Amino acid sequence: MPEGFSALDFYYILPEIVVTGGALVVLLLSVVTPRRDDVLLGVSLATVAAALYWVAAFAGLDVTASKGLLAIDGFAAFFKVVALGSAAVTMLMSSPYLRVEGLRAGEYYFLILCATLGMMFMASGMDLITLFIGLETMAVSFYVLAGYLKPNPRSNEAAVKYFLLGAFSLGVLLYGMSILYGVTGTTSLEGTAAALAGQESGPLLVLAVVLVAAGMGFKIAAVPFHMWAPDVYEGAPTPVTAFLSVGSKAASFAMLVRIFLEGLPSLGAEWTALFWGLAVVTMTVGNIAALTQSNLKRMLAYSSIAHAGYLLMGVVAGTQRGVAAMLVYVGVYLFMQLGAFAVVAAMRRSDVVGDELKDLTGLSRRSPMMAFAMLFFMLSLGGIPPTAGFMGKVWLFGAAIDAGFVWLAVIAVANSAVSLYYYLRVVVFMWINDETAPASSPLVLGPAMTAALVVAVVGTVVFGLYPQFLFASAEAAATAIEGLGAGTSALR
Amino acid sequence: MSNFPYLLSLIMFTPLAGAVILLFVNKRNEDTIRWIANVTAGAGFLVSLPLWFSFDPAAAEYWHFVERLPWIPSIGAEYHLGVDGFSALLVLLTTLMGVIAILSSWTAITVRVKEYYVFMLVLQTGMIGAFVALDFLLFFVFWEVMLVPMYFLIGIWGSDNRLYSAIKFFLFTLVGSVVMLLGILAVYFYSHEVTGVYTFDITQFHELNMPFGLQWWVFLAFFLGFAVKVPMFPFHTWLPDAHTDAPTAGSVILAAVLLKMGTYGFIRFSLPILPEATVAFVPWVAALSIIGIIYGALVAMAQHDWKRLVAYSSVSHMGMVMLGMFALTPVGITGSIVQQLNHGISTGALFLIVGIVYERRHTREIAEYGGLSKIMPAFAAVFLIMTMSSIGLPTLNGFIGEVLILQGIFVVNMWWAAAAATGIVLGAAYMLWLYQRTMFGAIDNPKNENLPDLNLREWATFVPLIILAVWIGLYPKPFIDRLDTSVDHVMSRVDSEYDAVNAERSGTAAPVALARGGGSDDAGAPVRGGAR
Repeated sequence: MPEGFSALDFYYILPEIVVTGGALVVLLLSVVTPRRDDVLLGVSLATVAAALYWVAAFAGLDVTASKGLLAIDGFAAFFKVVALGSAAVTMLMSSPYLRVEGLRAGEYYFLILCATLGMMFMASGMDLITLFIGLETMAVSFYVLAGYLKPNPRSNEAAVKYFLLGAFSLGVLLYGMSILYGVTGTTSLEGTAAALAGQESGPLLVLAVVLVAAGMGFKIAAVPFHMWAPDVYEGAPTPVTAFLSVGSKAASFAMLVRIFLEGLPSLGAEWTALFWGLAVVTMTVGNIAALTQSNLKRMLAYSSIAHAGYLLMGVVAGTQRGVAAMLVYVGVYLFMQLGAFAVVAAMRRSDVVGDELKDLTGLSRRSPMMAFAMLFFMLSLGGIPPTAGFMGKVWLFGAAIDAGFVWLAVIAVANSAVSLYYYLRVVVFMWINDETAPASSPLVLGPAMTAALVVAVVGTVVFGLYPQFLFASAEAAATAIEGLGAGTSALR
Repeated sequence: MSNFPYLLSLIMFTPLAGAVILLFVNKRNEDTIRWIANVTAGAGFLVSLPLWFSFDPAAAEYWHFVERLPWIPSIGAEYHLGVDGFSALLVLLTTLMGVIAILSSWTAITVRVKEYYVFMLVLQTGMIGAFVALDFLLFFVFWEVMLVPMYFLIGIWGSDNRLYSAIKFFLFTLVGSVVMLLGILAVYFYSHEVTGVYTFDITQFHELNMPFGLQWWVFLAFFLGFAVKVPMFPFHTWLPDAHTDAPTAGSVILAAVLLKMGTYGFIRFSLPILPEATVAFVPWVAALSIIGIIYGALVAMAQHDWKRLVAYSSVSHMGMVMLGMFALTPVGITGSIVQQLNHGISTGALFLIVGIVYERRHTREIAEYGGLSKIMPAFAAVFLIMTMSSIGLPTLNGFIGEVLILQGIFVVNMWWAAAAATGIVLGAAYMLWLYQRTMFGAIDNPKNENLPDLNLREWATFVPLIILAVWIGLYPKPFIDRLDTSVDHVMSRVDSEYDAVNAERSGTAAPVALARGGGSDDAGAPVRGGAR
């Protein structure tokens, strides 16, 4: 055992070890029993459940492990639950989708688990290198997953595009990190914060902030680093898109909060202004571009871009409340976004691609329950009560006002009003346009897809009616990030 | 109050329970669905009756039937319900109009019956919830929940331009309410700064004394939310479209209850929470109200679509309600509230009337009709009563409201009263002209020759409204008595001298509100408040 490491360090990464082990077992099983998709799904889900168990067991801790490379705290636990939860729902909706597409399940679940592993390290990492390796693990898995529909040129395009732009953005990110290392002489976030404390910011540090922000901006699909998102979201297999837009985005936000709020608090003035601008541009461009989309996956891609803008508000606020609100919104976003993609995935039939808006025509007759589920997801994404999205938005906007960013909140509410227009278009297709639709057969859902939808609907509705549990968890998790201010209210 | 624990929850969730039951009924059993919906609505009205019979206006507590449970302790939001005289009357109006609207849909709705009634019942729950919530966040939840079922009612069961109207209705209201949400959050954080406690408790917000600058901004935010809903000129453009394209019951609910949300919001939130800003904004709100009164009336006169005419008359009438409220005199506010009920009754009935001929002829063009009084005498009689109620004929309800409002305005500004009176005259003109064109003359359209008169079910929808119109017209005291404490509460917030003046006068003449307002011109205080 290397010097300075103890058995305890391995104990703390048990959830990650479980996921790694589970991933390898799935890969082996896919060779032994290649045709038993249900077995592979079961093993993958069991892996996720076991990892969740250990994450929950560590949830109350607040320690650093592995010589300060990893933080085992509430913040990490929150994002690990998000990563594992989104992986589980993604797997559930993948199983029927893979069957329709005729894809091999073994490697697929393996890659999903690998991506999850990366996300977990992104949530825990307290060192630039650890965070980068986590990010890279996740990204490489997604490059492959995006191109998983081998005969489909769009899927190939998505994979190549994501890979090329992703590699470029990682280069930018690394460049920024290397400047930080050059200035501070350490890659540890705590060390960086200590080295920069009280130091004047110079052009070099500003450059580092901009480069790191650009690299992270790519991962969270913030404008102007969002160009890849619509094409990749449209081309990738639908469950992969769902996972990409939820798991990957959430983990990247965890990493962003770690780097900027824990590592670079002394440069707050610089990056707050930067993220303020990014948030405004991101939500505005995302929502306006979504207005004209006729493809559901593209529309959800732009909507997901807009949501990155909302989430950035929590970072801009930079307060305890801001981080907590961001966490709440991540939790809410998990259910509504996965749910919306689950509906798109469920529309996929052997004869229908099902990702065009017009494919939803008459869904309220073909499958009333699915139409109601989609209604809830759309209302939630638009922030209409009694759904979870409303509670999340109230809290994000509240945090912005509390921190004195009133105009940011005003722009955000204007945006959420605009967004309702395209979310309601989906509703129009499902419920209202259907007199002109040809009579079509009812849609039947398999058990796995039903389970995915039920989880998403229950989360969306329950956290909309009674969000206390989510709020309390997020508040507890946010306390793990040290040095956050209280609100500096502008309301005097 | 302890006689009826959880009364408000019961009133609120009865319709929702019916909606849930409907979800489990096969959609082909349309008559079963209709029966369940009607029985639920009837039950909803019956359980709300204690709000009238067990409501004690002289009780020491300002809020009645209070319920308070923790909801989201992390942010201090509570499940906090309660009513005062004002909201109790609005809840009663809601449950009554719910029964009437649902009953009126029996034969009018033939497609997607199950979904229709589910949305109607969910809408009921949303409206009642908004009136009884004493937690600002809870209020906002209900406020927005109402949008969705109404959107579907217009969008699925509406006429020609329904999609456009539905989305317009949704987005207009939404833009207003999200801005209002920011205002709510501003009050919330301010209240925390002053008291150190995070709460959305409206009763505590009523005690806040916010700095004028903040009040000004928050007033603007609230104003946008409520003015769209009222609707005030120039935010009214969604209303004619929504009303015209909505199914009859949708229009009835929209006119009778949803528009009251806006005026309720002003009286419950803007005036007591932001008293100084309210006073500062009086000239602006009054100007917009007067424009609304005159403009609404003139546009109504030019309509050739029966339903659109009634819709524009709403703009005019609601302008009157707003003007009375922003006179900031006790009589004016009392009149404003009474007129809100009156508008619910008479405009609700007028939409039912349009619905009845529309169901028979499938056209709303006024020119298509004429001479209906000869073949539908009962219908013509009901229409006449409601026309008279709408234009304020003495012995009917509209008169009481208008007189109180005019009296309240007059002591503040004679010219406002003159403008409001002009609106009343114009109102008489377009309503009587409508009546003449549709009911009198020869039956010159052969399609009208065999129209059946009112049937029993249709009678049942009108009878309660006629009774109420006459009751309020002849003996409004029980209604006005219930409003006393509400009006006092608002007045003591917007007028710092009101409590002192009021104490001096207490123990004088009988119809308290009337006596107080009649004397307020020499007392001076409310006048100054209004004319500043």
